[in-house]
Order: sequence, then structure tokens, then C-alpha cells
Amino acid sequence: MHEFDYVVAENLTEATKLLSDHKGSARILAGGTDLLVIMRNGRRQAKLVIDAKKIPELTDLSLNDEGLSIGAAVTCRQIWENTELAGDYPAIIDSASLIGGIQVQGRATIGGNLCNAAPSADAIPTLIAYGAIAHIQNSDGQRQVPVEEICQAPGQTSLSEDEILVKLTIAKPVAHSGAKFLRFIPRNEMDIAVVNVASMVELDSEGKSFLKARIAMGSVAPTPLFVKAAGDSLAGKEVNDESIKAAALIAREAATPITDMRGTIEHRKQLVEVLTVRTLNAAVARAKGEQS
Amino acid sequence: MSKRHHVTTTINGEESDFLCEPRQSLLEVLRDVLKLTGAKEGCNDGNCGACSVLVDGVLVDSCCVLGVEAEGKQIDTIEGMAVNGELHPLQKAFLEETGMQCGICTPGFLMSSKALLEKNPQPDEAEIRHWLAGNLCRCTGYDKIIRAVQRAANEMAGEKV
Ligand SMILES: Cc1cc2nc3c(=O)[nH]c(=O)nc-3n(C[C@H](O)[C@H](O)[C@H](O)COP(=O)(O)OP(=O)(O)OC[C@H]3O[C@@H](n4cnc5c(N)ncnc54)[C@H](O)[C@@H]3O)c2cc1C
Ligand code: FES
Ligand code: FES
Repeated sequence: MHEFDYVVAENLTEATKLLSDHKGSARILAGGTDLLVIMRNGRRQAKLVIDAKKIPELTDLSLNDEGLSIGAAVTCRQIWENTELAGDYPAIIDSASLIGGIQVQGRATIGGNLCNAAPSADAIPTLIAYGAIAHIQNSDGQRQVPVEEICQAPGQTSLSEDEILVKLTIAKPVAHSGAKFLRFIPRNEMDIAVVNVASMVELDSEGKSFLKARIAMGSVAPTPLFVKAAGDSLAGKEVNDESIKAAALIAREAATPITDMRGTIEHRKQLVEVLTVRTLNAAVARAKGEQS
Repeated sequence: MSKRHHVTTTINGEESDFLCEPRQSLLEVLRDVLKLTGAKEGCNDGNCGACSVLVDGVLVDSCCVLGVEAEGKQIDTIEGMAVNGELHPLQKAFLEETGMQCGICTPGFLMSSKALLEKNPQPDEAEIRHWLAGNLCRCTGYDKIIRAVQRAANEMAGEKV
């Protein structure tokens, strides 16, 4: 790996000061499962690596009446080991438990997954489906941005050079809601998504019709994609194969994938349709308290 | 050269300190500085698990950790697995079941399997395969490795009775 300096930031003020002093030549280190790999293979350079894992706000994982707060340095393993999350946020567990293998999960963070902004990132569609908010700190204070506004291009976020992601928050899910994340890969584990989809639904108290839905997907565009129209098409509709299929067709239409070694355009579009149907059905089942 | 850091850590229960550059991975430090060559370099990018160690009890790929990050941490490596020359039941089972050929992947599989059995002493086959998905073996084929883990789990359960 190329030479760089390393510093452990003790707090947010120190981290943002270091970032603005270094004007783009510093990088935040969370789990390093993206950063160290791309620095080693030369795709990214940094003069200073700022270890953010000692900043208290970034390590906090809390669940209360308002909802869930995931510090940017909380690992996937801390998430799936937290049995309290499974009840209200099962799709977060879906994502956290399939990013890499156990070793990667011990280091990889949800915040790093977002800030790395890969089109295939497995946590981002889930965060978008849940309507998660990113809390971003800079020298002037904090700003809050919906997660779907973070990724700009592969590897590029809307955070400026002096900004650090502090945490992701998700409001407490309302009654009769559920969410599911699914990824298609040709192996069972340890592979990059050919397509991934997350769906979140809110149903009426009888579970007969949709009040609201949010659908997001990955590996089908330069950034993870929030398909607002697909979710909106379900509002007020009955829960049945027809409405679900119609939403899946909107998602399929919105996907603009490329053909590469992992799949063709046609294959990926087909996968979007299938995974949208499956995640919606599973989210409905979860909303009704059924196993899925 | 960027500033070298003096890092104090605990390795296999013993206090240890070393000097390293920020760019050196924990794997490089273990192997090249501390001469603990049990952890292997397979891919150097987080895919193969041959470099698996525990950091504060959490299984990680040491090629994807910086040496400087070991400051104040407890590191466990394969060198700490046999106690006073007595092989761990997993090490014995890997020998009995021929869970290795060239042996490059073996330290990583042993570290992962040990972490698994500590969390889940009686895993079923699917659970073993899921847990070991981050460890690759190019020679043995996974069936023998799975059998070795099952055998060790049974033996360890027997010992406890
Ligand atoms: C073997 C292997 C398998 C993998 N499998 C998957 C997979 O299945 N699915 C998947 O989605 N990904 C996968 N990844 C990629 C990676 O593990 C994930 O993207 C992970 O979530 C990144 O988190 P991290 O904490 O390691 O990020 P880091 O590598 O520490 O950081 C990633 C990027 O985000 C920036 N960053 C991190 N935290 C902040 C912050 N708080 N504020 C501002 N910027 C920040 C860093 O500077 C860097 O540019 C895999 C990686 C490996 C090595
Ligand atoms: S050498 Fe570290 S995972 Fe392969
Ligand atoms: S025994 Fe050779 S790689 Fe596993």
C-alpha cells in the first residue's frame, strides 16, 4: 500500500477539522473493508487516514420509542447480533447478515457501505426503503439528508470533503408494516449483487390494502435507485398479485442496468421484476406478523 | 517514510509491542515484524480468510486491518490455539478427517471454526457452511472440513459431560 499518515479522531470536531485541513486528501476509516482494499490496489489514494471508530456518536447503536439509530461505525455483526432489532427492523438484519462473510461482517459498517456508494451496495436499498435519514457533520454543524440523496455516481457521495457521516436513523415502523431485502447472486454467499431489491410496506389494520410502500434496488444503475413510482403505485391498492405485479413492472421499467460479467441487461431486468414481487410478498407477510 | 507508530497490544494473552508504518496491515505486522507466520496471505483483499484472527474476540481478516489499529486490542492468532503443546480438538479433528492438503487455508479455517463453536457449540451443516463462507480452500474440498468441525463439536460436547 502507498504511504499515508494515520490518526485516531477522538471526537467529531477533531474529525471535521482534520478533514477540512486536508482538503480532500484525507479519508475516513471505518471497517476498512472497502477503503483498505482500494487503497492497496491503487484505485484510491489518501495522505491521511482518519480512524473514526473511537468517536462516541459513531459507535452508538440505539433503539428507542422514536426509532433506530445506527452510528456510522457500527458493524454488520453488531447489527445481526442485536436480537432486539429483528422485531422492528428485519430488513436491516437481512442486509447486514449477507455483506461478505463473518470476517467482513466483523469490520464492515453500514455507514461505510453507504459512503462507499457502490451501485451494488447491499445496505443502501434497505436504508432507502425504510426512509432512513443520514446525519452528516461538518465544521458548521449537522445536516440531515434522506439516504436516497447521498449516492451521486459509483464511489461518489453528496458529502463534501470536510463532512463525516455520523449516524443513520430510521423512524419506528408504524403498526402493520414490514420490510424485506433480497439479493440475487449465482453463489450462496460472498458475491457482488447481480441485482438487489428492498421493499417496505404499510398495510391497513386488516392487512387487505396498501397504505404506503417504498421500493429501492441496486446493481441496475450507476447508484442504488429509489423507485418512488413503484411504491406509490401501491398506495390505496388491494394487496393481491395484480397490484404487486404492476409495481414490479414499474420497477423493471425504471432499471437501467448494463451487461457485464455478472449478468445481461435482460437478465437484470427480469431479476428486478422477480425480486420486487418476492420482497413485496415477504414484506406483506412480515407486516401481518407471519414468518418470512 | 510516514511516521512509524509504536503499538502496544496483547497477542495470545501476552503483552506485546511493535513499531509499524500505517500502511502495514495487521497481517504484515504479524508475519513480518512479529514472525507469527501462522496467519497466511491468500488474496490480501478480504476474500479467502487465510489471514483470519480475532481482534477483541471478533473474527476478522487481518489483511483488511491496519497494524496500527491493534493498539490496546487483544489479538488471538492460530499460534495460541494449541495449549502447552496439546492440540485443540479442532486441530485434532482436522488431522483425523484429513481436513487439509497443502494447509495454507487451515489456520484460517481453524480460527473461524473455533469462533463458530464458541458461539454455537452444536452447529448443523448449513450453519457451518454459512459461517465458513469467508474461508476458501483450493485443495481439500469443503466436505472433509465440515466433517472435521462436526467431529470436533461432538468431541467437545462429550468432554463437557
Ligand atoms: C470480501 C469482501 C466481501 C464483500 N461483500 C460485500 C457484500 O456482499 N455486499 C456489499 O454491499 N459490500 C460488500 N463488500 C464491501 C464492503 O465490505 C462494504 O461496502 C462495507 O459495508 C464497507 O464498510 P467499511 O466500514 O468497511 O467501510 P470503509 O472501507 O472503512 O469505508 C468505505 C468508504 O466510505 C468512507 N467512509 C466510511 N465511513 C465514513 C463516514 N462515517 N463518513 C464519511 N465517509 C466514510 C471511507 O472513507 C471509504 O471511502 C465486501 C468487501 C469485501 C472485502
Ligand atoms: S489474505 Fe486476508 S482474506 Fe485472503
Ligand atoms: S488445503 Fe490447500 S487451500 Fe485448503
